[in-house]
Amino acid sequence: MNFSIAVMQAFDGLSLFSVLLLMALGLAIIFGLMGVINMAHGELMTLGAYMTYLTASGFEKYAPNLMGIYILVAIPVAFLASFALGYALERLFVQWFYRRPLDTLLATWGLSLILQQAYRTIFGSGEVSVPLPSWLNGPWNLNSTIQIPLNRVFIIALAAGVTLGVYVLLNRTRSGLRIRAVTQNRAMSAAVGINTRKVDALTFALGSGLAGIAGCVFTMIGSTNPGTGQLYIVNAFIVVVFGGVQSLMGTVLSAFSIAQSQSWLEYFMSGSMAKMTMLAIVIVVLYFKPSGLFTTRVRS
Amino acid sequence: MKIKREYMELGALATLALVLLVAFPLLLGGFYLNLAGKYLSFAFVAIGIVLTWGYGGILSLGQGIFFGLGGYALAMFLKIEASGSNLPDFMIWSGIKVMPAWWAPFSNIYITLAAIVLIPATMAFVFSYLVFKKRVSGVYFAIVTLALALTFTVLLVGQQSYTGGENGITNFTTFLGYDIYSHASTYAIYYTEIVLLLFVAMGSTAVIRSRLGNVVIAIRDREDRVRFSGYNTAAIKAFIFMLGALFASIGGAFFTIQAGLISPTVVGVTSSIEMVVYAAVGGRLSVPGAVLGALVVGFLQFYLSNNFPHIWLFFLGALFILVVTAMPNGLMGLLDRFALSRE
Repeated sequence: MNFSIAVMQAFDGLSLFSVLLLMALGLAIIFGLMGVINMAHGELMTLGAYMTYLTASGFEKYAPNLMGIYILVAIPVAFLASFALGYALERLFVQWFYRRPLDTLLATWGLSLILQQAYRTIFGSGEVSVPLPSWLNGPWNLNSTIQIPLNRVFIIALAAGVTLGVYVLLNRTRSGLRIRAVTQNRAMSAAVGINTRKVDALTFALGSGLAGIAGCVFTMIGSTNPGTGQLYIVNAFIVVVFGGVQSLMGTVLSAFSIAQSQSWLEYFMSGSMAKMTMLAIVIVVLYFKPSGLFTTRVRS
Repeated sequence: MKIKREYMELGALATLALVLLVAFPLLLGGFYLNLAGKYLSFAFVAIGIVLTWGYGGILSLGQGIFFGLGGYALAMFLKIEASGSNLPDFMIWSGIKVMPAWWAPFSNIYITLAAIVLIPATMAFVFSYLVFKKRVSGVYFAIVTLALALTFTVLLVGQQSYTGGENGITNFTTFLGYDIYSHASTYAIYYTEIVLLLFVAMGSTAVIRSRLGNVVIAIRDREDRVRFSGYNTAAIKAFIFMLGALFASIGGAFFTIQAGLISPTVVGVTSSIEMVVYAAVGGRLSVPGAVLGALVVGFLQFYLSNNFPHIWLFFLGALFILVVTAMPNGLMGLLDRFALSRE
């Protein structure tokens, strides 16, 4: 293996890392911080993907000369749509299940089936895809042997930006302070005057909105169909559990290690074997560290 | 009250036996009997889920793995028999020249039957004992089993030359020389399945009512206390989980022969989760309920997805939500409440 292949291989892992990270961030908030198992999280990603598709179609029809920047509009659109759906879901549905985690799992799975069928009814069961803006098309030639696809660079930058945003929001703002307060001690937070139900709804909506952004990114690397969310949901859960719930940094590191190992394994064996080996490694590691790799001790 | 409930449960089991052994074969034609047999293969899994989830409090979202182990074991036997002196067709297509060593033993029916029982039981016990020993439970156990179910399907699809890949294993002809699609075989297979199913149902009821069953319920409700009283709770939970896996495997074997195929879709994540809903619809605390749930959901799926294909997923989704919100003890719970309220 020479240097160029090593660089491209590492880059492959890096771009897989950013996709996994975007997928898992929303879940890290909903599952990790709030402790809610939302099996419909994948469908919130799909919503983001379909919103991107709608935005692209809208631009194509009404402003074809602005097609280059549609993706910049689609990201907030996807975020807001999933944010709104997440907010509605929490208010109307999820909030009644907070004390029954296993029931939440089944009920939200039912919800995910309903959403899938709704997408199928609205958008059809076929694949839809969006054109990449021209400035993201094609490779970036570092030198004559190392080529890096531009859309992947964009995804990596986006993942970095979103992660930074979430970090700042949670750790440097008053809303973030409230979110952390409620997740750490609900009763005490309520006693000092925090409206915990409002914080719950907004936290859930924030996680959902992040899923929307992940969905938007999916359209840049593949096509979307009503069942797309199902493909990613288990992986997202694995990333969060592996990293250790209640730790955003854990999610980042976990996504990084899973992505890098998988893309290196793929270099040495077939894709499915690499995936399987990776899952097996995760399960073995979880066996020895059941609370995840990178846990910070918190009082329960 | 307790005595009355026990009699009701026995009554439900007896009714079930009558319906399955007498009414179904008389009223249903060959096609529907085969269909009922297919759905009843999920009843085995559902009974296991009643034991593990309803009584043991262990929610596994990976029962499809054990269902698949049993299903694939029998499929390998049937495929070898169907292929005669040749290699199975999908192996030839993948360019395999000699029978893989781990396939060869499955040409023997006794080894195959032993494998259907022993492989899932051993795997389930060892895996779950290690996990329970680490005190992983609840939601985390559910997610770990979900990850395992995903791993299992990835493996099945990826090893196409040995497992038939995405299409699975199909095109069977005979079982020990008998044509499996003949009229007589349909009935013979059906009766074998029902007898075994009733055996499993009665065995499970006996386990639930035994001392062991009491300890299992106690573990579900307050594991720490039971552990402090000196019980090895991990071993007891692992034993119950092993029973669930064993039932699932038997169900999988019957599915293979009733449906004439086994494929990764049948054993994957989605269908593993659907298996839980069979138990939930019937009633997570009722063994006859599990059988009822598997039949009701199965036939509804058949009816709705043939006549209103757009509605089926809406319906299934709503069913998931309904059983956890409105009827946590399922159909049998409703029946129970109705009967006891009339006193």
